[in-house]
Amino acid sequence: MSETTEHKHGPGGEGGVAAHAVPFKVLAAVWGGLLVLTLVTVVVAGVDLGSANLGIALTIAVIKGSLVLLFFMHMRYDRPMNAIVFIAALLFFMLFVSLALLDTRAYAPDLIPDYAPELPR
Amino acid sequence: MIADTTHRATAAEAHGGHLAHHFDTAEQQFESGKLGMWIFLSTEILLFGGLFCAYAVYRANHPEIFLYAHRFLDKTLGAINTAVLICSSFTMAWAVRCAQLGRSKAVVRLLATTIVLAGCFLGIKYVEYHHKWKEGLLWGKYFHAELAPAAKAPSAKPTLAPAPAFNPDERSLIPPAAIGPRGVAKPGARSPAELAGAGPPHDVQVFFAVYFMMTGLHGIHVIAGMVVLSLVLVRARRGEFGPGYFTPVDLAGLYWHLVDLIWIFLFPLLYLIR
Repeated sequence: MSETTEHKHGPGGEGGVAAHAVPFKVLAAVWGGLLVLTLVTVVVAGVDLGSANLGIALTIAVIKGSLVLLFFMHMRYDRPMNAIVFIAALLFFMLFVSLALLDTRAYAPDLIPDYAPELPR
Repeated sequence: MIADTTHRATAAEAHGGHLAHHFDTAEQQFESGKLGMWIFLSTEILLFGGLFCAYAVYRANHPEIFLYAHRFLDKTLGAINTAVLICSSFTMAWAVRCAQLGRSKAVVRLLATTIVLAGCFLGIKYVEYHHKWKEGLLWGKYFHAELAPAAKAPSAKPTLAPAPAFNPDERSLIPPAAIGPRGVAKPGARSPAELAGAGPPHDVQVFFAVYFMMTGLHGIHVIAGMVVLSLVLVRARRGEFGPGYFTPVDLAGLYWHLVDLIWIFLFPLLYLIR
């Protein structure tokens, strides 16, 4: 399955920029990178770094997600509108979670550790 | 789908795609379809976003529940599932490339491989869920697992550990302990002194509610993806896809990559809490 042509422009059909086929080498490299990063995540999670563990795990997840987005999902080669729509959704999601966590942080001092009301069973 | 036969893009027609009358060119039609799929993926982000927000708030308020309960999840199975989905994403992206290059047989094989890998993911998920079911580690009011009790029963007058000598140069990362209201704590609620002991925290079922909701919804998306990919596979076997028309493969691929993307974030948040 080795490829010599890297770009394929369909003649007049759904051709032009849209028919760009991601080179196989790029796909395979991204695949390998994703597997390696998964391994790194698991290994780092075994090391106790306190509160940094969450940050590192999320950072690696963001890198993996970016690889999937840019290459598997073709965002690197697509027209910007697709990226704008998706990244806008991500930004709104982050805004949503930030505001909710701000509120949580504000009430954190009032929390009694491990005190919980009796929930109906 | 309205196919106005007076408007034809010959390349699109030849490969099974119809140019709908409200588009000028086949490329415009394709790009519109793609944008539509990206908009749908944005709504999926917001859908799972709500659940991730619930996770964030619950974990911020009760880290001890997450620290305790996540150990019931099998990290190895979770890691294998992550690798399985990554491989399925690779075969899917490869299938799209083959469709763009007109390699019909490869498209069929790669789509079938993607579906099989998705089935493996669901199989491993079933094993995990079955274990939870057997152990009674379910959500909310259905939680009935036997959790290991505290190492030693609290005495009537719990003895507090001696306070460490105060060192003014040392910055403590421990937040000041909250003082519970006197005489208001319900029977069974534990005083902060008891926490030094051990044992499961209150309301462990909260973690499993979050776990099942998030992985369950993700699993439903995997099943839906398998259905869509099967339909695309049927069309691929009929030789409908080629350089002139590969939209369904491309759009199904985008959806599948999103499913993988969501799991990439679910895995460390649920399985690798430390």
